[in-house]
Amino acid sequence: MFEPQIMCFLCKWCTYAGADLAGTSRMKYDPSGINLRVMCSSRIDLQHILYAFRQGADGVFIGGCHPGDCHYVEGNYKTLRRSILFAKMLEDLGISRKRFRLEWISAAEGRKFVQAMNDFTAQIAELGPLNLDKMTLNNQKDFSHE
Amino acid sequence: MNGNGKKKRIGVFVCHCGVNIAGVVDVERVAKALEGYSGVSFSTHYIYMCSEPGQNMILETIREEKLDSIIVAACSPTLHEKTFQSVIELAGLNPYQVEIANIREQDSWVHSDKEKATLKAIKIVKSMVEKVLQNESLEPIRVGVTRRALVIGAGISGIQSALDIADHGYEVLLVEKNPSIGGHMIQLSETFPTLDCSQCIMTPKMVEASRHPNIRILTYHEVESISGYVGNFKVKIRKKPRFVDPDKCTMCADCEDVCPQIVSDEFNMGLSFRKAIYLPFPQAVPGTYTLDIENCLGLLPIRCGKCKEVCEPDAINYDDQETVFEEEVGAVVVSTGYDLYDLNHLGEFGGEKYEDVINGLEFERILSASGPTGGEVRRPSDGKVPKNVVFIQCCGSRDPENHNPYCSKICCMYTSKHAMLYKHHVPDGNATVFYIDVRTGGKNFEEFYQRTIDEDQVLYVRGKVSKVYKEGDKIIVWGVDTLTGRKIEMEADLVVLAMSMVQTDGVNELLKKLRISSDANGWLSEAHPKLRPVESLNAGFYLAGCAHGPKDIPETVSQASAAVAKVGDLFAQEQLLHEPTVVPVDEDLCSGCGICVTICPYSARELDKEKGVVKVNEVLCEGCGACAAACPSGAAQQRNQTDDQIFSMVRAILRG
Repeated sequence: MFEPQIMCFLCKWCTYAGADLAGTSRMKYDPSGINLRVMCSSRIDLQHILYAFRQGADGVFIGGCHPGDCHYVEGNYKTLRRSILFAKMLEDLGISRKRFRLEWISAAEGRKFVQAMNDFTAQIAELGPLNLDKMTLNNQKDFSHE
Repeated sequence: MNGNGKKKRIGVFVCHCGVNIAGVVDVERVAKALEGYSGVSFSTHYIYMCSEPGQNMILETIREEKLDSIIVAACSPTLHEKTFQSVIELAGLNPYQVEIANIREQDSWVHSDKEKATLKAIKIVKSMVEKVLQNESLEPIRVGVTRRALVIGAGISGIQSALDIADHGYEVLLVEKNPSIGGHMIQLSETFPTLDCSQCIMTPKMVEASRHPNIRILTYHEVESISGYVGNFKVKIRKKPRFVDPDKCTMCADCEDVCPQIVSDEFNMGLSFRKAIYLPFPQAVPGTYTLDIENCLGLLPIRCGKCKEVCEPDAINYDDQETVFEEEVGAVVVSTGYDLYDLNHLGEFGGEKYEDVINGLEFERILSASGPTGGEVRRPSDGKVPKNVVFIQCCGSRDPENHNPYCSKICCMYTSKHAMLYKHHVPDGNATVFYIDVRTGGKNFEEFYQRTIDEDQVLYVRGKVSKVYKEGDKIIVWGVDTLTGRKIEMEADLVVLAMSMVQTDGVNELLKKLRISSDANGWLSEAHPKLRPVESLNAGFYLAGCAHGPKDIPETVSQASAAVAKVGDLFAQEQLLHEPTVVPVDEDLCSGCGICVTICPYSARELDKEKGVVKVNEVLCEGCGACAAACPSGAAQQRNQTDDQIFSMVRAILRG
């Protein structure tokens, strides 16, 4: 059975803490995602997302603070604006926008984090593997960051 | 690689956390899998890493194995990152050379499939190895502190804050937009639950503040902008022209007598009149008249000039100008208070159409001995003593569909007080209170409320009022008694609405300038709802009083004193330490496009036009990294979270 790999970028103040809360509350969810903690969701750039897809991610998830709650005043609004562009660019590159998700999850929303993970995993499972890593394996030279 | 270009020696320490981790994750396998992984020269596991033997083992291993940096695979970094930073500092390493791999909260506690959880743990640890491999050793950025505070707003919270800071021995600037300090508290009649006269307890505080050698009171001034950073703010303050020299004014009232302009009196909530040149109230601090230029006939002596003619001490100066000046402070207490929700939002109660449908603050003025009716309860329309008074609670509060979702907290108590005081003034009158719930959480509050019912025979009706309208001379109140299910139609001579408290008009614009966040209802947000309730997330800003949310006087005073204790913490420090994980600029790569300058919410970045590159004020940078993501050339790289680090971590997570 296809087991999706999901790259999760979580903001330190809200969603990462929400994921911790899911842990302290012993909620269970699909282990398909692995989290990378960033100070703010606005640290994430399109190249991080594309790189994750090329390294074999089937889905990319960004978690930030709710609008109005950003630790850095307005970082989440920047993420929101960028993510609209990200989704468009992914489509242009032939990657379904359904493989990218942005969610606002607060430090108090462990339950929402669990639901988001399960839901996104199911969505990616339905889409099937992306296999971008295999497609580009022969052309590794074409890419930097290696 | 470390700074010397030498390959790092990394130690990996996998914690069992009893069975919390080891019960699901095969810790031995994780430790084994990391052996020989890039840069890892030592890998082990232990039952409790945070215990003393665990910490000692890490310490000894660092020395024996000559490690440069370590990974502790354990619980969330929010729990023990600091612990392990201290451990490696003891071993002589820089605290930025430890990373925590969160394999408990985000792995063993949330998954039950042991195989998958173990594989996930390996990937998480590998990703942290990739990060630490490229971590720089950093020293905190050090800055000095200006031991001088700014307090914005001089109601009870601001006055208390200013007095406390001044008593700590520091200088305070107390800025108030109105002509006098005192805020809403000086308008109140008597205060619950002890019925102290508000002016009797407030005036001595106001006088104390005005006489304190460490306090500089700036009334009729407004904060224009604040720049800088914690410990080192530059404040622009705008002085509004008062046209009267407070040092010369003797409060003789001659000017007031001759002033031909009559306007509504704000202090009495519009229930009386004042002149265009006026003393806000007899105990005003500073004790001086103020010429309200908006209502003055004009400063040209040809048009009027009567006040200047009669002013014997020659205190009136028509050439007074608005000026803006700059002051340096190290901390800012925001105590801007509250407003009442506008009655116009409540069309079902007639909005502001009926003179005898008033809000709580108006009733305070009617009850006050110094108020427009001289302390007698008389209604605004015809000055008659009202025999039937209806009090309606939760007007605009606890109504998420139409108004504000929150509870304004003080209204149950002040309505109880209003009804009680009304009965003291008019013993043969009837007082009826419509309520949803009566909330009396507070010392001696419940006893006070019971007294209103038992001793003063106030009728409490549980239910909402749907409509208030006028029929002839009478006001008709339609409501429902939800305990009996009966509809109620009742005549009233006066209706007092417990209007919701709301954020002061204009404060949100100020907040934007101060970069202080507020919640969905407009109240200032604290740094942590439980553990840091009096600080703003924006370092150097402290919260006191109702600007942060509805509060009664004792709570406001406590919060003000607590905020000042935090200001004291700040001022006690020789130097301030600032997180060094900021986003500097590589001048060789920077093209000077300025995108990062516009994106920075802290104004930490500035374009150096001569050099054509961006300069960063590292003390202002909070390290969010939004600029690093936006920089098209990669010149902006966040320390210890560079793009290369993120790429390596992503690769380890997906291929590890």
